Order: sequence, then structure tokens, then C-alpha cells
Amino acid sequence: MNGEKKLLQVDRVTVSFHVGGFIAGGRLLAVNNVSFSLDAERPEIFAVAGESGSGKTTLARVLLHDLEPTQGRVVFEGRDLSTIKRRRDAMEFMRKVQPVFQNPFETFSPLRRVEDYLFETAIQFGRAKNRRAAAPIVDEALHQVGLSLEEVRQRYPHELSGGQIQRVSVARALIPQPHLILADEPVSMVDASLRMSIVNLFKKLRDEQKVSVVYITHDLATAYYISDRIAIMLRGVVVESGPVEKVLGNPLHPYTKLLQESVPKPVVTEREQWARPINLGAMEVKEYGRVGCKFAGRCPHVMEICKHAEPPTLEVEGRAVKCYLYGEDAAQSNPSSRSSGNLSSGNLSSGKL
Amino acid sequence: MPLLQVENLRAYYRTQVYGISRSVRAVDDVSLELFENEIYGIAGESSCGKTTLIKVISGTVKPPLRIESGHVLYDFGALQVDMTKIDPEELRQTVRWKEISYVMQGSMSVLNPVRKIIRTFEDIVRTHQGIPNKKLFLEQTRDHVMRLGLPPDVLNLYPHQLSGGMRQRVAIALATIFQPSLIIADEPTTALDVVVQRGVLQMLKEIQAESGNTVLLVTHDLAIHANVADRVGIMYAGRIVEEAPTQIIFTAPRHPYTQHLIRSLPMIGDKSVKESLSGAPPNLANPPSGCRFHPRCPLAFDRCRTETPAMVRLPHQHRVACHLVTEAAE
Ligand SMILES: Nc1ncnc2c1ncn2[C@@H]1O[C@H](COP(=O)(O)OP(=O)(O)OP(=O)(O)O)[C@@H](O)[C@H]1O
Ligand SMILES: Nc1ncnc2c1ncn2[C@@H]1O[C@H](COP(=O)(O)OP(=O)(O)O)[C@@H](O)[C@H]1O
Ligand code: SF4
Ligand code: SF4
Ligand SMILES: [Mg+2]
Ligand SMILES: [Mg+2]
Repeated sequence: MNGEKKLLQVDRVTVSFHVGGFIAGGRLLAVNNVSFSLDAERPEIFAVAGESGSGKTTLARVLLHDLEPTQGRVVFEGRDLSTIKRRRDAMEFMRKVQPVFQNPFETFSPLRRVEDYLFETAIQFGRAKNRRAAAPIVDEALHQVGLSLEEVRQRYPHELSGGQIQRVSVARALIPQPHLILADEPVSMVDASLRMSIVNLFKKLRDEQKVSVVYITHDLATAYYISDRIAIMLRGVVVESGPVEKVLGNPLHPYTKLLQESVPKPVVTEREQWARPINLGAMEVKEYGRVGCKFAGRCPHVMEICKHAEPPTLEVEGRAVKCYLYGEDAAQSNPSSRSSGNLSSGNLSSGKL
Repeated sequence: MPLLQVENLRAYYRTQVYGISRSVRAVDDVSLELFENEIYGIAGESSCGKTTLIKVISGTVKPPLRIESGHVLYDFGALQVDMTKIDPEELRQTVRWKEISYVMQGSMSVLNPVRKIIRTFEDIVRTHQGIPNKKLFLEQTRDHVMRLGLPPDVLNLYPHQLSGGMRQRVAIALATIFQPSLIIADEPTTALDVVVQRGVLQMLKEIQAESGNTVLLVTHDLAIHANVADRVGIMYAGRIVEEAPTQIIFTAPRHPYTQHLIRSLPMIGDKSVKESLSGAPPNLANPPSGCRFHPRCPLAFDRCRTETPAMVRLPHQHRVACHLVTEAAE
């Protein structure tokens, strides 16, 4: 077996949007030089986490070949996505990489029966010639998510609960027998108990069907629970990435620490720590415009250099970290230039607050 | 004397579909008390009736929702009110915003999208108190907003110029302008990410601690209750099935539903397999007989299928409705 074989290679991908105004040059790098890869032989759940507006959905659009990166390339099963031009190739790619979106009620039209989508998907991707032949395929996909064709037959989206409809959208994604599922905040609209049933489903797909999953989320507790590796994004940049036990279990980047500490824990013993005041003043567009570290405006450890030059990404304690606190430079940086750890600097001028 | 006493409240949605009348029993025999100076959390899965209960408590009942029976009694000191009987005009004049205010998910409906934030403040203050002196009003509003740690410049922006988190904090600023006795917050941070959620809830908690009023916080996210609430009520299928101080809910829950919820919560540092509850949420138009949880309860026995469990009072302000607890207490 060739251990080098990759399912997905994301190679220095950058997406630039024109926004005008707030940023010099009017360009915003929603995805900024992002690289990672998934192994073909070893299915895994790869999480991408970060605050809203940190470029997660933009990255997802690139991976789904819905958006051309401004720079860099994405290679799926050996094929550079930018070379996919013909309809047949595009269909083949869509068969292998299936999306699951945040709001299941947007995926399904209220005027169409839910089963119609499932039959259509089976026929469109060539798994069956007609509805009759598709029925067992649809039923099998529904069984994998704990439902059956019997249960959803003749029903419209509003006649199913939020959790059921999200499970139907996962079933739909399974019909083409994909090699990769790209789920963009699939659980942020559903309640805590249904959340677990959906993430358990992703785990089952990885373990039993050998399907890899890119799990985009801001729910770090479920990300820890199901994923193997995680990348933390901040304003387009991956600031820390590696095995989830390391990155979330013992975060090194100050931003990962803030995110991790902000997750409320379902225990009564950490109330005081969670209540420690935080600063929300930072503006999204302003942070995108920063030349140095994007976190410099909120970081309790900010140094002079952080404001002027982009920190390098280094391997530290089994994960990659992009921060001046680590690596060789760390020893040289002048500790007296570090601020007092005060996070309340929220300044305000224009744009979104 | 509690601030609010809800007694055996039933509120159903009564609809006609093709001439067949149907009632959704979204709140079915709920009793609860809220006291001054506490944060009471309500948790429960989607569609269990949390928002419906809030509608009745806040006096915003509209058809097809109807109060079938029970009382919702407020004691605001100088003013006593039964929400099930109050005249809508009196409610608008004397209770809403001044005694009870409401923060909901997204908050777009309270903030007028085509008017600057300061105009929304102006509208509410004008209707409920009057603005004899515009300059003083502007000054006081700025002070209020700044005291809550918000930049006063937000007042001159439109709602769409604010991020989701800032919008929720503005909604809380609005809800507290008259220092009401009760602030009701229904999923105030559900659409927000963790850092912003933490900031918004910290603000709500600080206001409560400072003014000593009551906050009723509804969210399905138990981890939030663990960090914010003083007491928690767990709802299932239109009923409160367990209620206790937060510490007890998380360390010694007695109802099988609560026990399952607590056990299945994911947590950083814990990779053990978490089972989700089998079966589907009950249909409130035709709820299960006996204990409504029995089709999904791993501990159900014969009595559960036929007899509705009564609420049992345990020591330490702990209430549970489960036959197992009743039998253990006998
Ligand atoms: N206008 C309405 N007409 C008929 N039924 C309704 C109406 N509004 C809500 N219901 C039903 O009442 C029940 C309780 O709904 P409610 O909105 O109180 O749930 P909830 O606990 O707040 O859920 P969520 O966590 O999803 O907000 C549900 O079965 C719902 O479908
Ligand atoms: N089509 C677009 N044109 C301009 N800016 C965009 C576009 N799509 C996204 N953005 C901006 O890119 C940034 C990242 O957005 P997004 O990828 O949606 O983040 P996330 O999914 O992490 O919330 C945001 O500032 C957003 O406003
Ligand atoms: S590079 Fe500097 S500002 Fe950025 S996270 Fe590290 S210490 Fe903080
Ligand atoms: S009454 Fe019976 S079915 Fe209901 S929770 Fe208790 S044991 Fe379970
Ligand atoms: Mg997104
Ligand atoms: Mg609700």
C-alpha cells in the first residue's frame, strides 16, 4: 500500500475578496495561505473551527469546487480541481465529495416531498435508472442515519423535526457513495440531544463506511468528541492545527486558548473561570486588515513584533502553531514589551462592531 | 412571596385542519415559582414547549395559542397581576418593558431594521414613560449603554451594521432600560459563536447581580445553565419533569431524562462514547399516555405506561416527576 496516497491536498490556498473601504487595497483574504491534507488510506474526521467570519464557509466553497482560489490549489484523488472543466468530470467530482449544510430547511424546498430529493440524487448520480430501482438504495441510505423510507414517505420538510431533516440531508449525501463529506456547521441549528445523534453518525460513517469528513463548526465540544485532527482558523489564517487531543486538550496559541476557555463546560465547578471578563471589541474587517498577527488586537501576550510581521508557523509539542511565543524567536523577544494581559482594548471606528 | 407563581398552567395551540380540530398540548400542567434575585434556567429539547411557556409568562398569547387553565400570578410589590386575566392595554401600559422585558434569539424583531438604534430606544421610552427632555434622554441612554460596557457609538448605527453578538447586547441594554423586575431571555445566544456567547451571557449575569432582579433564561444548552443559572427546570413534552438548584441538577439528577441529558453532554477532554436518546421527540398533539417519557425511558415499567407521575418534593428545593422517585420516597 502506498502510504503517501492522498484523498485531498489543500496546498497554500488563498481566496481574496474585494471589499473596499476599511482595508488598504480593499482586499480581504477570507482564506489566507491554508494547507492541509487527508490521507486516502486512513479515513478521518478533520475539523475546521473558529469564530464566525473566520473564513470557514469560504474554504468549504473552495473544497467543493464552488469557488476558484485566488492562489494555491486543491487536489482531490490526484486531480487538481482547476482542471475539472467538462460536465462529466464535474459530476464525477460531485459524486465523490458531498456537502451537508447548516440549515437543512434551506437544502430542502418546502414545496417538495423530501423523498423526491433522495430519488433524484440516486438517479442523477447514476446509482439507479428509475424510481423503482432507486427505492432500495434510498431506503438503505436512510437506514444508515436511523430512518427508513417508510418513515419519510409522502412527507414535506416541515412535517419532520429539525433533527430528522438534518439526518435526511446526511442520507442524501450518502447516496452517491462519496469518499468525502464536507459538513459546514451541520449541527448549529439543532438542539443538544440531536446534535449528538448527528455527530455520532459521522463517527459511524468514518469507522464503518470509511468515509472521511471535513467537519466545519464552532462547537468545540463535539469537535473534540468526534474529530481526529483540527485546524483553528482566525480571519482566514490557520493559527494552530494538529491532533485534536493536543490542540484542544492543551492549546498553545492564545486564540485557541480563548476559544477553548469560552466553551461553557457542563459542570458547576468552573463558573468563576468562565465568568472572567473578555473583550468583544474587535472588529472582523479590522482584524482581517492587520499586517502582523491577526490576534494582536486582542492578545494578552502581544509584543511589538506581532503588530508588524506575520508570525511563522512552527512545529511545537506535536502540533503546528503560528505565534511568536513559540520557537527560536521566543527566547529573543523582549518580555518587558509584553502587555499586562489586559484584554479590554476594544476600539471602535467603523464597520461591524 | 415569590415574584411569579405559575399554577397548573395549561396552554394549547388549537387549530382546524380540513375541519378536524387538533390541539397541541405545548404547556400541560406546569407549576413553578420565580423569586427575586435569581437566574432560573429552563432546558429541554426542541419543541418541548419552552417558548410557549414563555409566551404565557410574558403575556404574549395569541391565537391559535390559548390558555386552557391555571394561573400566572405576579407580585411586583406595588402591583399584583394575573397574566391570564390582565387587560391588554393595562399590560402594555404598566407591565411590559417596565416590569417584564424580553430578549429573544436574533433580536431582529425588536430592533427596527430601517431605524438607528437610538430611535428604537426613543420609541420605547416615549411610549412607556414619555420624553419631556430630549437632551436628558440622550444623555441617560448613553450612560446606560456605557455602564453595560457597550461603545456609545452603537446608538448611531443601524441594526444590520452590528454583528450578531453586539445586536444581542443592544437588545439586553433595551430590555434593562427601565430596570424591570423580570428579564426573560429565550435562546439569546443560540446562533452566536462561543466567544461572543460568553460575552453576552457575562453581561446578562452582571446586570442581574447588580440590580438583584430575576432572569428567566431559556436554552437547550445545558452547559450554559451549568455556568449561569442558580436553579434549573428541565422540560419534557410540555411538562417540567425535574427542578433543582443547578448544583443538584448536574451532580445528583433523579429523573431518567435529566440523567440521560447530563450523561450525554460532550466535553473537551472526554472522548468516551456518548449515546443519543433513542426514539423521536413526542408528538404533542397526541402525547404518550402515563409518563410522557415512557417510550424512550430505559427504566420504564408498567405503571409508567398508564399513570402520570406526580411531582414529588425532595429536600433542597428539588422536585421530580417520576414513579421511581415516588416509590423510593414512599
Ligand atoms: N403557532 C403554532 N401553531 C401550532 N402549533 C405550534 C405553534 N407554535 C408552536 N407550536 C407547537 O407547540 C410545541 C411547542 O413549541 P415551542 O415553540 O414552545 O417549543 P420550544 O421548546 O421553544 O422549542 P425550540 O427549542 O425549538 O425553540 C411544538 O410541538 C410546536 O410545533
Ligand atoms: N462573496 C464574498 N464577497 C466578499 N466578502 C465575502 C464573501 N464571502 C465571504 N466574505 C467575507 O469573508 C469573510 C469570511 O467569511 P466566511 O467564509 O463566511 O466565514 P465563516 O464561514 O467562518 O463564518 C467574512 O468577512 C465575510 O464577510
Ligand atoms: S503572535 Fe503575538 S499577538 Fe499573535 S497570538 Fe502570538 S503573542 Fe499574541
Ligand atoms: S415515570 Fe417511568 S417512564 Fe417516566 S421517567 Fe420515571 S421511570 Fe421513566
Ligand atoms: Mg459559515
Ligand atoms: Mg423556542
